[in-house]
Amino acid sequence: MARYLLWRVLQAIPVLIGTTFLIYFMVFAMPGDPILALFGDKTPNPALLARLRAEYHLDEPFIVQYWYYFTGIFQGDFGTSFTGEPTTEILARTFPVTIRLAVLAMLFQSIAGILVGLVSGLRKGKLFDASALAVSLVLISLPIFVVAFVAQYVFGIQLGWARTTVGAGAPWADLVLPALVLASVSFAQIVRLTRASVIETQGLDFVRTAYGKGLSRSRVIPVHILRNSLIPVVTYLGTDFGVLLVGATVTEGIFNVPGVGRTLYQAILRGEGPTVVSFVTVMVLIYLVVNLVIDLLYAVLDPRIRYVK
Amino acid sequence: MRRIGLGAAAIVAASALVLTGCAGGDGGNEGNNAGGVITTNGSEPQNPLVPTNTNETGGGKILDAIFAGLVYYDGEGAAHNDVAESIETEDSQTYTITLREGLEFTNGEPVNADSFIDAWNYGALLSNEQLSSYFFEDIEGFSWDEDSELTGLEKVSETEFTVTLKQPLSDFPLRLGYSAYYPLPASAFEDMDAFGENPVGNGPYMLDGEGAWKHDERITLAVNPDYDGPREPQNDGLEIVFYASQDAAYADLQGGNLDVLDAIPDAAFGTYQDDLGDRWVNQPAAIFQSFTIPERLAHWSGEEGNLRRQAVSMAINRDEITEVIFQGTRTPASDFTSPVIDGWTDELEGAEALEYNPEEAQRLWAEADAINPFTGSFQIAYNADGGHQSWVDAVANSVKNTLGIDASGQPYPTFAEARTLITERQIQTAFRTGWQADYPGLYNFLGPLYATNAGSNDGDYSNPEFDALLAEGATSTEIEEGTALFQQAQEILLQDLPVIPLWYSNVTGGWGEDVENVTFGWNSVPLYHEITKG
Repeated sequence: MARYLLWRVLQAIPVLIGTTFLIYFMVFAMPGDPILALFGDKTPNPALLARLRAEYHLDEPFIVQYWYYFTGIFQGDFGTSFTGEPTTEILARTFPVTIRLAVLAMLFQSIAGILVGLVSGLRKGKLFDASALAVSLVLISLPIFVVAFVAQYVFGIQLGWARTTVGAGAPWADLVLPALVLASVSFAQIVRLTRASVIETQGLDFVRTAYGKGLSRSRVIPVHILRNSLIPVVTYLGTDFGVLLVGATVTEGIFNVPGVGRTLYQAILRGEGPTVVSFVTVMVLIYLVVNLVIDLLYAVLDPRIRYVK
Repeated sequence: MRRIGLGAAAIVAASALVLTGCAGGDGGNEGNNAGGVITTNGSEPQNPLVPTNTNETGGGKILDAIFAGLVYYDGEGAAHNDVAESIETEDSQTYTITLREGLEFTNGEPVNADSFIDAWNYGALLSNEQLSSYFFEDIEGFSWDEDSELTGLEKVSETEFTVTLKQPLSDFPLRLGYSAYYPLPASAFEDMDAFGENPVGNGPYMLDGEGAWKHDERITLAVNPDYDGPREPQNDGLEIVFYASQDAAYADLQGGNLDVLDAIPDAAFGTYQDDLGDRWVNQPAAIFQSFTIPERLAHWSGEEGNLRRQAVSMAINRDEITEVIFQGTRTPASDFTSPVIDGWTDELEGAEALEYNPEEAQRLWAEADAINPFTGSFQIAYNADGGHQSWVDAVANSVKNTLGIDASGQPYPTFAEARTLITERQIQTAFRTGWQADYPGLYNFLGPLYATNAGSNDGDYSNPEFDALLAEGATSTEIEEGTALFQQAQEILLQDLPVIPLWYSNVTGGWGEDVENVTFGWNSVPLYHEITKG
């Protein structure tokens, strides 16, 4: 187990170097001069332009720019945005908000999704199952911004149950509506995954044996059927948590959540290399950690799975 | 220099669909902040809050609230003294500026001649790399080549200083309300980065304590009790909420979480008048939109090019496009400036070149074809991240249908890419151009754009006759005389059409039921100090 963990951590190093390099290259390759864009439709004096370019090393070739960034990392310097704010501070400010949003969405989608999927699977072909399938199909096919706008309009403006956008300090209560919106698509996926998995597990020998031993439904369903049906669901939830953590750009934009997705989107638009790379690096780290945790969870769900390097 | 932020891509929500299964809500609206604090929309400043380093609306709006300059602009764009007691000149080249006595910054430091001289020198110094440094280029001593002192600034006493310009400029006093000319306290120069995070001003409002600027979220401003100038706040403070999209701000206005919104999103253009009752405004702003057909393109120079430009201009149905595409939130252009500027007129000689006239357009186009038959196609380049596609396509279609040539839009993914190609003169088509005024004067719409070799003369237009009239107008000591000269200069532009004027952007704003006295200034920003609430 320890060796396995060490191996996974070592694996992460080349992945990290590779991604920062790639992202830096892609930001660099974006056509257009971000400094020029700072001046809007007005053309700045060439002397000023040259000095600003030099300050952000934009006049240097790509590999030199990357070298400045990479060596900076080892001195704890992850670069600064055009506002002069260190990207580490931007990260420290935006990630907690996105994490709270992601946790809420995860709670909603996993609890509701697994419950509905389980009931659906157990009552395959019945009315509940049919309506759950129909609803999930609708949710999967709707683009998220449609769901977000409708939810904002209905619950925020018409009914007044929720704040239309997230208020000062992004309190938990304000995050409920965007979290529900975020959860809606994954909720539908989880319902379908759980349902299919439950139906498959139900027909397996060990379930029949459990009933044969005289165990009650209330014991067989959670312990034997549900637990064994959860592996695909946990895989999905894990990657989905990663997706949520790296920011839901559309939803954060519509509900004005000061989180990772909104900030990253604006940094990309402004061509702020250091901000984009730092954000993406942290995102890659999150993906690596989340994937590791998922792999470890498998063993908890299915003791037959062992880890060997 | 105020930059218009990248317009959020207009997203139109599909028909109303009822969400199933999820009952959301946190138990009702919290409502607005207590008391008479006005909440309004803004965007995260793109630079530290240093007056000479802020050139976009997000930061400009905050600076205008927390600083008071020598003059301020009223709703009509007229300049009135604020910190200045008087601004006097005899030759429009040397100005004597006297300050009101006993004024202080909110940290207790005095506002005196040095506050201005030091701030302007800081802003002008090349190595300080200030985005608005060009505002000082007309002052004696300014240099783009090396660090140099503004020798044209001379302190006479604590409350008096003189400004000597490189050449006479009659509209110099009018410029002084722009944020680049705000004073700075001496403590600012010790650590400008720290100052930019927690700026100390002398305006009607001040930051509500250290850290009032919550990045990417909001900035909270309290009333400055010591301010005794002409912009006395009629409310208890200002909370500027930063939005990434105007759609979110509009939803907040409708949901009662926002008092004043200064930009209705594109998606709501069709509905905002019904949504808001009588609590909206839609009036021309100091923003001029156009496209430029550079002379270096084949078929677009000399007599042939001139005929073709006139033809293209008359082939565009501006009334229909502003009505259909923009739902009346743009006003068709009749000159090269803006109706909010003193001296604007729609009766310039040659203004019929900006009216839709398909027969005349076809005639002029045929005349040009007689000189040299047209080949190829006509394209208008634009940045796809600014919501420009619909009007560019409509303009191209109007040209195509009228003149029977192949015309279309040419999108570039980002603003940065389009601007770079334009600045480096690599672009091989016509391209979108626009101008938002820095200060409410005719010259600001003409000099930087069409004078030979001017900074933003993206089409490399040059006409000595125009240059002469412009220079004469800029140095004239009589306002009326200057205006008349600028109008004559514009009549030359109407013949040459260095850019094809399209329309003036409107300011479209709305406000909530709790607030009153909302009026919008010449620069599309509400006059926040006048708003009352409660």
